[in-house]
Amino acid sequence: MIFLTRRATFSAAHYYWNDVWPAEKNEQVFGRCANRNGHGHNYTLEVTVGGDPDPVTGFVIDLKWLKDVMEREVLAAWDHRHLNLEAPDFAAGKLIPTAENLAIAAWKRLEAPVAAAGGARLSRVRIYETPEIFAEYRGEA
Amino acid sequence: MRAYFGRRYSLSASHRLHTEALSAGQNRAVYGKCNHPHGHGHNYVVEVMVGGPVDPATGFVTDLTRLDSIVQARILDRFDHRNLNLDPIFANRVPTTENLCKTVFEILEESVAPAEMVQVRVEETENNFFEYSGE
Repeated sequence: MIFLTRRATFSAAHYYWNDVWPAEKNEQVFGRCANRNGHGHNYTLEVTVGGDPDPVTGFVIDLKWLKDVMEREVLAAWDHRHLNLEAPDFAAGKLIPTAENLAIAAWKRLEAPVAAAGGARLSRVRIYETPEIFAEYRGEA
Repeated sequence: MRAYFGRRYSLSASHRLHTEALSAGQNRAVYGKCNHPHGHGHNYVVEVMVGGPVDPATGFVTDLTRLDSIVQARILDRFDHRNLNLDPIFANRVPTTENLCKTVFEILEESVAPAEMVQVRVEETENNFFEYSGE
């Protein structure tokens, strides 16, 4: 089994807020991230797929195809958007757009298309919020 | 849902690779320039990865501020701008980056609960790094 990873970058705005809590608790738990005017990051999306190299092409997956899928399924929805307000994964307080939840949401967007291509399977999705902070999801319940 | 959270920290420290178990000549042969008598230093990057269920109320695996304060108190305050060989934990353990990696994992293992320590990665330079997952 070979693991192959492709990176892409996107920029987006977000803030952290749990509608169930009073404002004070949101400010206490989320600190500066609770500012409802939002703030932004240059995110890096890192997608790892695993599989055996195709005996004819030597590829685990066609990298250009993976790049296009990442752009179509994830970047088209999130890049240069306000995640809380515009991304259906998080809109209207559905889910707080933390790096953890972004990793899970990106996995959900990518899992089916990657599986449908046959061969490689999604193994890991990592979201870097800054170069020093990242979250990862491996499809575990 | 189980997810993982990683955070990178920097620390600068000196070390000398040398073991009393070997002769001076053997130390020089095994460790090369890392055995120079007065030590040398690195800008280390310590990457800490913890795992656990994503809290539905916060969307977090772990509270970043809390993780930062634990790593600050237990790792950075202890090792940053220090000579690793002089720390008691390295009295009988050569401060290779393999051992630094394992040491960081062991120190943090008990303090990051309820999150679980998953992996520590220490980058010694831009060209080499070490990972330990408790195995």
